[in-house]
Amino acid sequence: MKTCYFRPLALCAVLLLTATPGFAGAEDVRVTDPWARASIGVNRPGAAYLTLHNTGQDDVTLTGVTTPLALRPEIHLTSTNAEGISSMRRAGDITIAAGESVSLEPGGLHTMLMQLQTPMQEGESFPLTFEFSDGGTVTADVPVLGLAARGPLE
Amino acid sequence: MMRRRAALKYGAVAVLAAGAGVLGRRFLTDPGTTPEAQDVLPLPLDQMSFNLTRHDGAPTGPEQLVGRPAMVFFGFTYCPDICPTTLADIADWLHELGPEAEQLNVVFITVDPERDTVPIMRDYVGYFHPLVQGWTGTPDQIARAAGDFRVRYEKVPLGGGDYTMNHTAGVFLFDETGRFATLIDYHEPREFAVPKIRRVLTPVTEERT
Ligand SMILES: [Cu+2]
Repeated sequence: MKTCYFRPLALCAVLLLTATPGFAGAEDVRVTDPWARASIGVNRPGAAYLTLHNTGQDDVTLTGVTTPLALRPEIHLTSTNAEGISSMRRAGDITIAAGESVSLEPGGLHTMLMQLQTPMQEGESFPLTFEFSDGGTVTADVPVLGLAARGPLE
Repeated sequence: MMRRRAALKYGAVAVLAAGAGVLGRRFLTDPGTTPEAQDVLPLPLDQMSFNLTRHDGAPTGPEQLVGRPAMVFFGFTYCPDICPTTLADIADWLHELGPEAEQLNVVFITVDPERDTVPIMRDYVGYFHPLVQGWTGTPDQIARAAGDFRVRYEKVPLGGGDYTMNHTAGVFLFDETGRFATLIDYHEPREFAVPKIRRVLTPVTEERT
């Protein structure tokens, strides 16, 4: 039923993907390469990274994100200007065209996890639910890697 | 509709951010930019004049860095994306360099002295690599240090009483005489970063023969 259209099957096998039934757009969204760094306690915000693939025939628009891990999860965009100064702001809605994908990765888009409810412990994982403008949602299970992790598990 | 889709298909990143107008030209990272281009380089370390406190509580300053090559960058421990990425990259470069890296002074200076106290810095830096030192100070001391490095930073509210810091993100490399050698851009690939570090690890005298 949940056919994996992208990349190594092994990778897809470890993903827990659930799409709300009944919506044409969001249910065509697949998640690959989810990961996050461990946190030290709960005072600092965390960040989660992954790639969203729109495998459907229609554009989808990502409007929000929720997780039991954080009271204030938001999609942010980090950018670095010509003077080398990095800044971060809310990304706003993100449209993923049919057949396209959007990567949340260090230095670009990230899911910022503000007001953590529990520490992010290496070896654990947490659910992250993306909300789309058609009312559908997609949930990914995000593994927590070490504090000095540099990317998803191979 | 079809035309829009076709246009998107050929875009490198098919992201339509509703806030694109606000994001303007700052949209995403341009890996080709370096501060060298703007003629504002860090002072030589022996011309800097700031005092800070190391994560172990010892007083420190730029004079501690002269005599050995140094790698210095600015950030803050409440930074979710850029700073842990930079620290993880640095740890990766240091591992790649192996025992050679032990000649380096590696210093992380906070731009958020309000939250990054000495104990906080001590807890934080150890997670990445044992060579990384964390330096903090009073807001005035930090302002002075940042000025000497020509680093800029700014507090930005995130709502709900929370805030983040915009800041210069590159990693500065100095040779053992204290002269600024080069910059490693944010998230520069290892194959570019490591040779830059190897170059400052080569003594200046040897380099000139
Ligand atoms: Cu953020």
